[in-house]
Amino acid sequence: MEKVEIDAKGMHYTPLNEMIREAVRNGAKEIILDNVIGQRFIADGLKADVTIRINGVAGGDLGMFMNGPTCIVNGNCDHAPGNTMDGGTIVIHGSAGDAAAHSMRGGKLFVKNNIGYRGGIHMKQYEEERKPVLVVGGSSHAFLGEYMAGGLILVLGIGQEDPAKDRGIGSGIHGGMIVIRGEVKDELLGVGARKAEFGEKELEMITPYVEEFCKYFDTEPSGLLDMNYTCIVPASTRPFAGKYTWE
Amino acid sequence: MSLGSVPLKYKVTIDREQCMHCMRCIDNCSYGVYHKEDDRIIIDSRKCTACHHCISMCPRDAISLKERPVDYRSHPLWTAEAREDIINQARTGKIILAGMGNAKPYPVIFDRLVLDACQVTNPSIDPLREPMELRTYLGKKPSRLEIDKKDNGDIELKTKLTPNLKLETPIMIGHMSYGAISLNAQLSLAKAVEKTGTFMGTGEGGLHEAIYPYQKNMIVQVASGRFGVDINYLERGAAIEIKIGQGAKPGIGGHLPGEKVCQDVSCTRMIPLGSDAISPAPHHDIYSIEDLAQLVRSLKEATEWKKPVFVKIAAVHNAAAISAGIARSSADAVVIDGFRGGSGATPKVFRDNVGIPIEAAVASVDQKLKDQGIRNKISVIASGGIRNSADIAKSIALGADAVYIGTGALIAMGCRVCGQCYRGMCPWGIATQRPDLVERLDPEVESEHVANLIRSWTLELSELMGAAGINSIESLRSNRSRLRGYMLDEGTLDVLQVKPVGA
Repeated sequence: MEKVEIDAKGMHYTPLNEMIREAVRNGAKEIILDNVIGQRFIADGLKADVTIRINGVAGGDLGMFMNGPTCIVNGNCDHAPGNTMDGGTIVIHGSAGDAAAHSMRGGKLFVKNNIGYRGGIHMKQYEEERKPVLVVGGSSHAFLGEYMAGGLILVLGIGQEDPAKDRGIGSGIHGGMIVIRGEVKDELLGVGARKAEFGEKELEMITPYVEEFCKYFDTEPSGLLDMNYTCIVPASTRPFAGKYTWE
Repeated sequence: MSLGSVPLKYKVTIDREQCMHCMRCIDNCSYGVYHKEDDRIIIDSRKCTACHHCISMCPRDAISLKERPVDYRSHPLWTAEAREDIINQARTGKIILAGMGNAKPYPVIFDRLVLDACQVTNPSIDPLREPMELRTYLGKKPSRLEIDKKDNGDIELKTKLTPNLKLETPIMIGHMSYGAISLNAQLSLAKAVEKTGTFMGTGEGGLHEAIYPYQKNMIVQVASGRFGVDINYLERGAAIEIKIGQGAKPGIGGHLPGEKVCQDVSCTRMIPLGSDAISPAPHHDIYSIEDLAQLVRSLKEATEWKKPVFVKIAAVHNAAAISAGIARSSADAVVIDGFRGGSGATPKVFRDNVGIPIEAAVASVDQKLKDQGIRNKISVIASGGIRNSADIAKSIALGADAVYIGTGALIAMGCRVCGQCYRGMCPWGIATQRPDLVERLDPEVESEHVANLIRSWTLELSELMGAAGINSIESLRSNRSRLRGYMLDEGTLDVLQVKPVGA
């Protein structure tokens, strides 16, 4: 059984996930979910090498705790896709809500258009092999990369005048890197965040993710592979080290 | 002009007649109180934390320790502590960090509650010859059972039961993370709960491989920092606990300083070596009770609805209303952590001033759930400042299903409540990651001490229940007629729903 089609119309998320797990157990490599309309937790905690194509609007916490699958959403997505995700890929052909990639600790999340508030909050990384990546085609809102402890957030700002116009970028950041296309005003940076030089090394680092983004969304990477980016990094890996004294 | 130094907190002396110059005090003190000059042991009392490790290891009982040998001008408002805190903050401009639980002398409500005992009309039960049921099931209970009677006489349970956690005693060990405490300390606790048929919390530090053999006795925690959380971690736990709040620091997050994030802690938490491990105050995907419900359900969905999910909150004045919301969120138990709950590190101002006593919180939560007719939908776990089996019996009589103990279990492993956990130099090998200190703690020996504590408190609980004419822990739960308040004000008695003595 290579390919399974499931009509999710009117279905609660638990039986839907049960059907997905059953299909995976039976050896499915591709699962197509039609008529998805806001079902939460799709592929929650799923460990498998499978591609799930979601036709419709995915509900909150898509791919939460997921490890391995690829989820392709042909539509928008509610909040927190990739929440605490461990591994795998999520591709959203639309926009996503708040807290996209919340605490993501591995895997990749690609959003064609925009994301809401607190994108990439608490993303963290353990050594190089567990590096989470969030790529946003359009814009992001306030507190992007708050408390970020590792990984990469890339905001491409395609079709946007101001890809990151809200405040609090990287508040409390103590690891990882936020890369935003174009200029970012200093006053938008959160406490603990600082700008760093975007050089050839950084361009080389983001290039595979830009190319992957363009592959998914059928866009040309050439217009994006230049030096027109702002790089935001932690001022310290110990943002609160100087805040306390002993009793 | 310099502010100068504040007087030392403790004065250490050595009885030179008794001392045999074995130098164990020098070896044992991780804070550097002792050093050797020529043949003489020199004491720097200023460095002393009253951890008592030197005293307990001295073969000649030659060491003495006194608290506060220097008096200030006495003043009822401007205590020595108040003045010294100001001097500390005037010098540093920083938040004062503290360890362990609330150190203010608030009256302890437990000590003003007395348990009842049977005399003539309703005889007491002798636990020596009568079976006493202390087994406790945590989780949802059905409102009613539906049974299908077959034609052949067999009966079948039609009601679908929700997974419950089965405890042989209503005593569990609360969440103390790997990072805050050492691996040997966690191992000791893990072995102890396995021996006694109960459970312990992992804290928010993930699950170290060495603890895997005890995973069936583990409640894995998901805090806002999501340290060490992945699907394998969730599947390993017997239950999952979402940490919203902690009694020692209601309303603020957790923070493990980078100094304690060694290679092994970094690997277990899945964060970079030496970086601060920050768990902010809110979960950033929870801004309402509906959002909390979503996290509860996402955890259940991830583990295919096979595991109970607990939600831990700090005891605050609206804990009852919050718990009623939690009961409707699909959660299976609510943990209420009182304002005397311990901590590896917390701002002192929070530890000593924020939150409410566990006794009042548990009673009001239990009452609210009963008033709303949803008490069966959720279990209540009390924690924070449980010191003995009487506190446990009183907690249960006030409405808890079970309790978490924390500091009590640490004391069973040697902790002397010196309150310096956040410095990472614990000479007992508990709140430290320093290898030479960690190895002082033998998990085989200390697990037996902790297990003994749980066993002895369980035995005492049986005796207390028997004296009250109760042979099942379920009959003690929320049984406030077995309690009387002594020297408690009317308002507190009203919240506790307990009558005064003599009534």
